[in-house]
Amino acid sequence: MDFLVAQFLNGLASASSLFLVASGLSIIFGVTRIVNFAHGAFYMLGAYIAYTLATTIPQPFGFWLALPLSALVVAAIGAVVEMTVLRRIYAAPELFQLLATFGITLMVEDLVVMIWGPEDLLGPRAPGLEGAIPIMGQLFPTYDLLVIAMGPLVLLGLWLLFHRTRWGVLVRAATQDRTMVAALGVNQKWLFTSVFTLGIFLAALGGALQIPREAVHHALDLQIIVEVFVIVVVGGLGNVLGAFLAAVLIAELNAFGILLFPKISLVLMFLVMAVVLVVRPWGLLGKPDAEARASIGQAIEPLRRMGPVSLAVSGLLVAALAALPLVAGPYLVIVTMELLIFALFAASLHLMMGVGGMVSFGHAAYFGLGAYGAALLVRFLGVPMELGILLGPLLALAGAILFGWFIVRLSGVYLAMLTLAFAQIVWSIIFQWYDVTGGDNGILGIWPARWASDPKVYYYIVLVLCVAGLVAIRRVIFSPFGYAVRACRDSTTRAEAIGLDRRRVQWMCFALAGAFAGVGGTLYAYLKGSVFPDVISIATSVDGLVMVLLGGIQTVAGPIVGAVAYKALSIYMTSQVEYWQLILGGLIVVLVVAFPEGIAGFWQARVAPRLRAATGRGWEARS
Amino acid sequence: MTALQVDTLCKSFGGVRAVDEVSFTLGETELLALIGPNGAGKSTCFNMLNGQIRPDVGTIRLFGRDITGTPPRAVWRLGVGRTFQITATFGSMTVMENVQVALLSHHRRLRALIPYAGALYRDEAMALLDLVGMADQAARACGTLAYGDLKRLELAVALANEPRVLLMDEPTAGMAPQERVQLMRLTADIVRDKGVSVLFTEHDMDVVFGHADRVMVLDRGRLVAEGTPSEVRANAEVQQIYLGSGALYGAEASA
Repeated sequence: MDFLVAQFLNGLASASSLFLVASGLSIIFGVTRIVNFAHGAFYMLGAYIAYTLATTIPQPFGFWLALPLSALVVAAIGAVVEMTVLRRIYAAPELFQLLATFGITLMVEDLVVMIWGPEDLLGPRAPGLEGAIPIMGQLFPTYDLLVIAMGPLVLLGLWLLFHRTRWGVLVRAATQDRTMVAALGVNQKWLFTSVFTLGIFLAALGGALQIPREAVHHALDLQIIVEVFVIVVVGGLGNVLGAFLAAVLIAELNAFGILLFPKISLVLMFLVMAVVLVVRPWGLLGKPDAEARASIGQAIEPLRRMGPVSLAVSGLLVAALAALPLVAGPYLVIVTMELLIFALFAASLHLMMGVGGMVSFGHAAYFGLGAYGAALLVRFLGVPMELGILLGPLLALAGAILFGWFIVRLSGVYLAMLTLAFAQIVWSIIFQWYDVTGGDNGILGIWPARWASDPKVYYYIVLVLCVAGLVAIRRVIFSPFGYAVRACRDSTTRAEAIGLDRRRVQWMCFALAGAFAGVGGTLYAYLKGSVFPDVISIATSVDGLVMVLLGGIQTVAGPIVGAVAYKALSIYMTSQVEYWQLILGGLIVVLVVAFPEGIAGFWQARVAPRLRAATGRGWEARS
Repeated sequence: MTALQVDTLCKSFGGVRAVDEVSFTLGETELLALIGPNGAGKSTCFNMLNGQIRPDVGTIRLFGRDITGTPPRAVWRLGVGRTFQITATFGSMTVMENVQVALLSHHRRLRALIPYAGALYRDEAMALLDLVGMADQAARACGTLAYGDLKRLELAVALANEPRVLLMDEPTAGMAPQERVQLMRLTADIVRDKGVSVLFTEHDMDVVFGHADRVMVLDRGRLVAEGTPSEVRANAEVQQIYLGSGALYGAEASA
């Protein structure tokens, strides 16, 4: 019993720090409609800067000064980021905003390692609150009581701020109707900047408060952002009280889940989120988003089939790829296989995202399920490669059918978050189910059959299957079903009014996309000879997003171009530069802000018409 | 036989009775207008007819069959075409492809994964576009069309399933006066040639009184008048709704 009370208090302490971060994220979303992926990065930055301040300023003031100072410094950094980056993308689709803020996260991660080094840092104890006091016979850290109090205090402070000040009224008004607030003559720019700054202040304060409780390290950001996403979505985006309730719920669930179900504790949180979203698609206290935003992938220029020139170029390209092993060394062959596999992965993501309008932050789940499908078959049934390649993707298909059923019930940001949640569920199961999946150690020894053990032979298997997959995806896009998918994306009202069942169509599309990703995953497993939980990480999902975005979302060929460009660049850069993430993050930000239509889109929108115009004019001059 | 029979339809949003005990019938091959000032409940009424909103009370019968609460996609399959007040089309497709999708759906071929959709039902799509006078714009991107052309495209899409009933929510809004007359004349032709029954809402009184067989007037959720165009035009209550009662001027005059 006493132990349970202590565990309950532990849960409350975690809830407080989670709430600080979640409330900031929620306020920012409410007003700016941006889901700030970088929120975890600012939290981490708050912890690092507080650590430095607390260890440089002499005690006992050092620690207590460090907390507010670090939050202020990070808030100032946040304000600069808002003014330089976010201001330019408020009107962009949510995918671009998520990606830009993810880019910032990547940069912060590398910067933190550059400045503070990769080791875990242990912060000083809070002067005056070092000890522990007995609560029902159990010793409980005094400092944690302060942390527990912080949650309700901040909630009260925010309530007063929003209900007793003019600024707060403006923020609440903007949360309900931004356009109207702007029409009433409120300077939106500064309102957004101040809201973002406040949100970041809270995140950084949450991070700073943690330094006596846990070690500061450079993976804190993703660890917390996933939990905070879950909290904000469960509570209702933009609702601070909802975030508080959800923070308590999730934190207690974690505290007790680890006692009751140690094997699936990680899954529990995401299961709760999935259930809440299906029962209440806008979270516990959230309201439906009235503003339907234009989905990505919509373009003025309709998709066109390949002309004779494009067909010929593609044919030549495939022929050149087929001839590659005859002239190239094994390294280039292996790299090319990886490029082909990721081209298929990116194209499958584009099928659901660009064509279907469903942004996925967890497409790696299906890639990973394909890889693990084959790996498990090899490990437990010893199936030969031929059968493994055939059956492996079925696990991805099954996963996509199961998760897709839930996912198509939502739309927009909520849909993206649910894909992320499901990907994390898959990752947690694979990470924790040690007996079956080997957990962190992965599954080894998934090699191609003897006749295909030479990379040059396996290369042809990859080439044939990936090209077939890419052709099939293209075919689907131009098939009647592909038109049905685009119809549901363009106008649900019209689609339903001409007999289409949106959910069913999108569900099928999701399943197909998952299956194609699974084929890529299976091929990847045999290429590497092993699988690790990493293939399902957020990083892999985001890689896919960057590939699609880099290539251009409005074109069919874009994702393939993007995958090849991005993967080649990343393979080259990781071998050349130490801080590749910093460059990648910067690249993503620049791409989103300056170049949102991607390489292929840029070609189609800017270069091709000029070429056409130039040749047209040339022809007129001749005649 | 009556095409549509609507009985005591009611719908409230919060405390507002948007549609209040509305009953009417739409006869076969009839061109029936539903008019009323802004906020009278016309669009709500329409959205209940094709299943977008579920009525609180009341029944809707399509050729005798109860379709109350049936989702839009099922209502469409029963032969009801719909155009929207704010046009709903597929912006990423060409004009022709918009119609092709509707035709593919009508022929239940939208699940097919293999054939090239652009090659299917081209002639039928062209015929429909020709009917609404959009054939010369078939290859244009839908996203670049003028508003009036979008309205005509919507009509072509709505005709793709050979509907027996057409619901047109402000079919001529946003069009030039000349175009309006053309579109309504076209609609009247379709009613005559294809035996379709049409219910439409409209703000342009020239369009209403020039083409409708019968007119119903909705005000604050209630049907207040119904009859031939000339009867409705002469109705004192309708004049009051549209022109005001003149009470204020009367008061001033007597003062």
